[in-house]
Amino acid sequence: MNTQARTGNRVVYLKMYRSLVGVGTLCGIIIVLVYQFTAPIIRENKDIALEHSIFKILPNAATKKSYYFSDTGNFMISESTGQTDVIYAAYDDRQQLVGFAIPAQGMGYQDTIELLYAYEPITQTIIGMVVLQSRETPGLGSRIEDDPAFFRNFEALDVSLNANQTELKNRLETVKPRKKAELWQIDSITGATISSNAVGNILQQSTSHWLPTIKQHYEDFEFGH
Amino acid sequence: MRTSNLATKVINIPVVKAESQSTNEFIKGLWQQNPIFVQVLGMCPTLAVTNSAVNAFVMGVATLFVLLMSNIMVSSLRTFIPRQVRIATYVLIIATFVTVVDYLIQAFSLEVHKALGAFISLIVVNCLILGRAEAFASRNTVNKSIQDALGMGLGFTLALLSLGIIREVLGQGSLFTIQVMPDNFEHWIILLLPGGGFFTLGLLLIVFNWIQQRQNRRIAGKDHE
Amino acid sequence: MSDMSLWSIFINACLINNFVLAYFLGICPFMGVSGKLSNAVRMGAAVSFVMLIASMCAFAINLLLQWINAPYLQLISYIVVIASTVQLVEMFIKKFSPALFRALGIFLPLITTNCAILGLALFQTNRGYNFVESISFALGAGAGFTLALVLMAGVREKLALADVPQLLKGTAVSLMVAGILSMTFMGFAGLGS
Repeated sequence: MNTQARTGNRVVYLKMYRSLVGVGTLCGIIIVLVYQFTAPIIRENKDIALEHSIFKILPNAATKKSYYFSDTGNFMISESTGQTDVIYAAYDDRQQLVGFAIPAQGMGYQDTIELLYAYEPITQTIIGMVVLQSRETPGLGSRIEDDPAFFRNFEALDVSLNANQTELKNRLETVKPRKKAELWQIDSITGATISSNAVGNILQQSTSHWLPTIKQHYEDFEFGH
Repeated sequence: MRTSNLATKVINIPVVKAESQSTNEFIKGLWQQNPIFVQVLGMCPTLAVTNSAVNAFVMGVATLFVLLMSNIMVSSLRTFIPRQVRIATYVLIIATFVTVVDYLIQAFSLEVHKALGAFISLIVVNCLILGRAEAFASRNTVNKSIQDALGMGLGFTLALLSLGIIREVLGQGSLFTIQVMPDNFEHWIILLLPGGGFFTLGLLLIVFNWIQQRQNRRIAGKDHE
Repeated sequence: MSDMSLWSIFINACLINNFVLAYFLGICPFMGVSGKLSNAVRMGAAVSFVMLIASMCAFAINLLLQWINAPYLQLISYIVVIASTVQLVEMFIKKFSPALFRALGIFLPLITTNCAILGLALFQTNRGYNFVESISFALGAGAGFTLALVLMAGVREKLALADVPQLLKGTAVSLMVAGILSMTFMGFAGLGS
């Protein structure tokens, strides 16, 4: 009786094992197939969207190159597409550096906000900004994506470096609507204070992080370097 | 007998038809001992993205897809899966198709995917799908399971859509991003916020309760004749 | 890495973007069970504990998946780990504190399908929190979840004695309560940043 029960148990265990492994393998195959099928499409969509955004904020640009800051202390051209922490250098048709498109992200009201801003090194200003992803409240916080008055903040936002070239001369500030008095201030949107503040914070953090380093290694960005 | 009426899907109102209730309805009533709670519970992770009609629609269709595919797979493998590991296997299958739908949405439209974000992945914990797999697909033929999935999924999508439409029309003045309300309409912004989602759902439940009461009264009235 | 301080992350998860009242996650098992205050506290404690462990596991899994370059396995691995964690917690509690186990009763298995735990793992991965930030996030989420549940249970206990119109009885009025609570929590926006 005991051996019968034991074999019976063994059969049950085998069935359980067989079914879990079998189903698991089948599911794995399905996922991998779909992934292989969609990955190139997704990658292409992302590239197109990114290029579209970059040329939107840097209209004079003709080509772009992605750079990352390597451990050797230089900016190097990024080959792989999946690399995080890259910035984009844009060149016009005479291969002169027009500006940089720098992605940045941070916490908004509801969720993370991702944006791309254009930095013009000659004038040391931000000349454009576009929101790549936000899940702010529709109709309120989402106005950071399309409010024309808000975007006017980023046509000549002063981000000049201090004398030591180590940080921004003036901290970027988000102020109440229509209270902008200095070139480094950002007018927030009525009813979307937190989202506007978030954009200001994101830009402040990102510029403090990148701009001094870019200034130090400016020659890394020469076309054909 | 397919009762694809919205009310019966969202809340299992026993719609008494002339012919006797088929096994289909019977199992539904059996499992859904707390029909209102269970059906409402199935909507819980998706409520966060019903603040616009488009998002609600895509979420509903995604859930329908997962429901359909997992029902098909569970039903075809029902003799192969032993009872002890059935829940684990169902969860594995559902998670697979949620991953699949996530990649499909990404490939189809990056915009929509960004708007929905992690909530697509949360379809996997939707009690409705696991419930149908356990209560129906594991005991019926593939054909019937497909019908069940389509009916349930459609009802679910309609429920989400009704929520999304109310919230968007009154909260943003638009329907599927087309302005439908007159310009001087003061947007009910509260409906776009999470609190508004709770209120709208509660309101819909009150409406269904009312419908149910009326039907019960009519049935009671008929019995008296 | 996030630009927010640990305290900001905690406050955000607990109050401003409360998992139950802002993201609608985690009300699934609770709405269906009775609105008793003691149950709410126990459920909240259990969920908080599982959240903490799930957060750490999710962080580890994410590193592993990045290393073997299989991002598509993320959802399945999270679900499996959460289910296993709940199972382990259940066995652990059963062995070391049978009284607690009896008190928690059916809540433990229910936690597996709790949207809040999976939501926690997914949000934390999407926002790219490092290990310490993830812990802070999990603690905040657990605290916020318990807070919301306790508040709702307290109100529902009172409602059970009140004269609620027939049409609104049950889930409908609970949802209205949740809506009002959600609005009050919005008042915390801007705190801690």
